[in-house]
Amino acid sequence: MLKQIEGSKAVAEAIALCRPEVICAYPISPQTHIVEALGEMVKSEKLTPCEFINVESEFAAMSVAIGSSAAGARSYTATASQGLLFMVEAVYNAAGLGLPIVMTVANRAIGAPINIWNDHSDSLSQRDSGWMQLFAETNQEAVDLHIQAFKLAEELSMPIMVCMDGFILTHAFERVDIPTQEQVDGYLPTFDPRQSLDPKEPISIGAMVGPEAFMEVKYLAHAKQMQALELIPQLAAEFKQQFGRESGGLVRTYRAEDAETMIVAMGSVLGTVKDTVDEMREQGHKIGVLGIISYRPFPLQEVRAALVNCKRFVVLEKSLAVGMGGIVATDVRMAVSGTGLKGFTAIAGLGGRNITKASLHKLFLEAEQEKLEPVTFVDLDWEVVNKQLEREKQNRHSGPIAENILYDKGMSTSAKFG
Amino acid sequence: MFQIRVHGRGGQGVVTATEMLSVAAFEEGRHAQAFPSFGSERTGAPVVAFCRLDDKEIRLREPIMEPDALIIQDPTLLHQIDVFSGLKPDGYVLLNSAHSFEQIGLGDLVKQHGHSKMSTLPATELGLKHVGRPIPNVPLIAGFAALSGMFKLESVVKAINEKFSGKVAAGNIAAATEAYELVKQQMEDRANA
Repeated sequence: MLKQIEGSKAVAEAIALCRPEVICAYPISPQTHIVEALGEMVKSEKLTPCEFINVESEFAAMSVAIGSSAAGARSYTATASQGLLFMVEAVYNAAGLGLPIVMTVANRAIGAPINIWNDHSDSLSQRDSGWMQLFAETNQEAVDLHIQAFKLAEELSMPIMVCMDGFILTHAFERVDIPTQEQVDGYLPTFDPRQSLDPKEPISIGAMVGPEAFMEVKYLAHAKQMQALELIPQLAAEFKQQFGRESGGLVRTYRAEDAETMIVAMGSVLGTVKDTVDEMREQGHKIGVLGIISYRPFPLQEVRAALVNCKRFVVLEKSLAVGMGGIVATDVRMAVSGTGLKGFTAIAGLGGRNITKASLHKLFLEAEQEKLEPVTFVDLDWEVVNKQLEREKQNRHSGPIAENILYDKGMSTSAKFG
Repeated sequence: MFQIRVHGRGGQGVVTATEMLSVAAFEEGRHAQAFPSFGSERTGAPVVAFCRLDDKEIRLREPIMEPDALIIQDPTLLHQIDVFSGLKPDGYVLLNSAHSFEQIGLGDLVKQHGHSKMSTLPATELGLKHVGRPIPNVPLIAGFAALSGMFKLESVVKAINEKFSGKVAAGNIAAATEAYELVKQQMEDRANA
């Protein structure tokens, strides 16, 4: 049913349609509206049977999810930013134990400086944790990916994060087609766990494993993600059959035919990128888009195939590997290794910095002319950056950086250094 | 694409206003996207929210920098921030005030934009009268429906019924109806003047 609905609410409805049996979560912006809505549904018995567990922290949220999933209950949680970091030890455990937990990450920057706005630093910090990660471009896709995520996770017995841009998607009201219970039931079978704790047939889950077997267990986690590369397109095709729309998959191209310049990105920024590309196409520029939906597993072959016929590409990413450059760009470059393709990295939108069509226009034109540096920081205020660098050069006691930058931008009177 | 920017203060229902505008547009079969400016909202602090309307899917995610319409929920913002920033030359302006633009020193703006696209509305007073609270958002979106002719009053009423129920819904519908009629009357008076 078509609804004009907030992204968080739409996702909550989708989760409820997937019949989770345990929901455990700790509220953190911008994920809060999702679990609030689910809490209300459980309390009003609209979602039943389901236990909603208020936990005391994100670490507890993931720990409870591990316990309930190991007991054979379909388990869901959601988090963001510092909350995800706080549960990291348990995040790795969930993957190591092979428990098919589904978790929404409402992507948000990581502090310090503390910042509640969107970028991809949080879930990307967990890229090697063993969790799969799918990125939604729209709220419709966020809904659809959650439904596919339960099926994928349970088929492989591996956990999965469905990543949606915090605020930009979670707090946006837009048109979303919420499927019916019959449709979801027809797509998603009941949870039939590969392993479960049952007092009648006691087993243990979580053995200590020494050097003699550790590598094999780890390799199997990798093997499962390689299987996911096959399964994700298959589940997207089945989804299309059941729900009548394209959603999910590994990658998606847009106006890529004959494109000489390709823009690679993940998440909601793809919308603004596509609008910019449409305008440039009208002006005769041969430019196209590659959207990555599956960040883990990373679809090396599909990325290579999508880029191999272009002349140059820009990876536009909302994340920064400090001391290195791009995070997504590193993977994309690996995908095209040996092709001789020219690749540029553009870091944009950190901590919620707006990514505008005007800035993208300029960036893409410079990419087309191959005038970009290997790593570009989109809309960085060089004046305040250079001022702070100079301050540090001149004054040993140059003080706290964030406070100084705010002061230089006229937004605070708290700093007085230099 | 038609882009509306709503300015107000924390506690005035600015974000809700854009959400309801998007629901009203959806009720009329249009695509709509509403989103807040995502600040750390505090009561009384300036808040901005956005609503885009189109006949096709809206993909753009940047904030609205060149609005086709402005709804200003608090006239005291005029002294604090440049609410008119980027407004299209033929853009609509709806201001929450019991006074005319001329009375509050915005006569020049009326000369630029023309009377047919500008209106003031005592929205806080209407909120107090019908809902018992000084929340101007619902009267303003109904007033905007009348000013722009972009929505029917009944679509605004549907959006109200989706958001509120019982006495609060009834009060808001009464406030919306009076606001709609007031602005419509203003437009007709001007057309006949």
